[in-house]
Amino acid sequence: MATTPRSRNRLARWTRTERAVHWVHATAFCILLGSGLCLYLPSLAEIVGRRPLLKHIHLYTALAWAIALLLIVAVGDRRALLRTAREVDRLAVEGRMNRRQKLNIIVTAAFAILFAVSGFDLWYGERDTQFRFTNALLIHDWLMYIAFFIFVGHLYYALILPSTRHALSGMTRGWVREDWAQKRHPAWVEELRATNEKGSDL
Amino acid sequence: MPDERRYGRGAFLVLLGGGASAFLWASKVSGVLSPFTSSVSQLFGNLFPVGGWRIYTISGSMPIFDERAWRLDVVGLVGKPRSFTYQELAALPRTHEIRTFHCVTGWTVHNVRWSGVRLSDLLDLVEPQASAKAVRFTSLEQPYNDSLTLEQARLHDVMLALEMDGRPLSRPHGSPVRVVIPEMYGYKGVKWLTKIELLDSQPIGYWEGLGYDQDAWVGRSNGYHSA
Repeated sequence: MATTPRSRNRLARWTRTERAVHWVHATAFCILLGSGLCLYLPSLAEIVGRRPLLKHIHLYTALAWAIALLLIVAVGDRRALLRTAREVDRLAVEGRMNRRQKLNIIVTAAFAILFAVSGFDLWYGERDTQFRFTNALLIHDWLMYIAFFIFVGHLYYALILPSTRHALSGMTRGWVREDWAQKRHPAWVEELRATNEKGSDL
Repeated sequence: MPDERRYGRGAFLVLLGGGASAFLWASKVSGVLSPFTSSVSQLFGNLFPVGGWRIYTISGSMPIFDERAWRLDVVGLVGKPRSFTYQELAALPRTHEIRTFHCVTGWTVHNVRWSGVRLSDLLDLVEPQASAKAVRFTSLEQPYNDSLTLEQARLHDVMLALEMDGRPLSRPHGSPVRVVIPEMYGYKGVKWLTKIELLDSQPIGYWEGLGYDQDAWVGRSNGYHSA
């Protein structure tokens, strides 16, 4: 089987600010999922014990996540974030991101807010039982189940599936190989070339 | 020509709105799905809490039942204080109940099969004094305790459960003995029970100290109003 030669050209894919948002969210998600499951699954709760500690980890991770995201927005490249948001908004357009990637971002953002709101109520409802909504617990659970499967799918594309896993380079180093981009995101490469011909940098 | 329309914000808002609206309907859907989810839960044992049990502890870890060391002390305002070994307690006449378990946080488990000693029978054995008005249950898990009035404790369906669903009580469920009060929310049902005291007035228990109601009738307390 003939292999296409690997191009040396690199295309800038994600800015430092975008990557910071991604990794802050990813790290927080993993810690929250792990500590949350230890609180939630009876079998894990029995093995791990230490419920008050896990509760603290869960709570302070959530707090740190929110503060870190606000900080990134405050000091980071807001124009890059805004540009990405506008791209995501045009959901049907296949550009730097394909439709499923855009949908993933939309779901992740909406879930983050719903997780935060229901989680806040779980915390606050313990302090003032008047504001304890039964449904907050169910919503938090259901979000977790859905988010878990999306997360597994995300990891599959990012780490395992050979045709897509080079995308990880974009999220770690910030760039991807041009030949890979040509295959996975041809419209994006075209866009970049068009911009280039007008005289601006990649 | 690519479709440049801004579907993204719409999708985002629909998701957000749909999720937020679940504050109104989540428990109804959960109720409809629960026969299915609880059978899935039973299939997986205690691996998943889907529609099934959630285990709450207040301290670092769950107490471990050591049959040689464990005793159930029944003391206080009684004529004949007793200290039961597990064997002695297990040898007492049994009662059985199939009841729905209600947690105050909103989840329920249907048709739990309890087997154990009727509390009223046990109280007869120790002969409560006339001044006894309340019963306090203390857990091996410090500082968990809760209480009932003597009248509530005498309800015919209140029991000290030794078995759940045909098997000896497991550690997460409060081995070797837990209190089961089917008409009340689960926080009244002390797990890992080790002491029962008869008192002249009802003390404030662990969760009551945190704002929960003393009389935890299902559907009629803690902000719930449905029958």
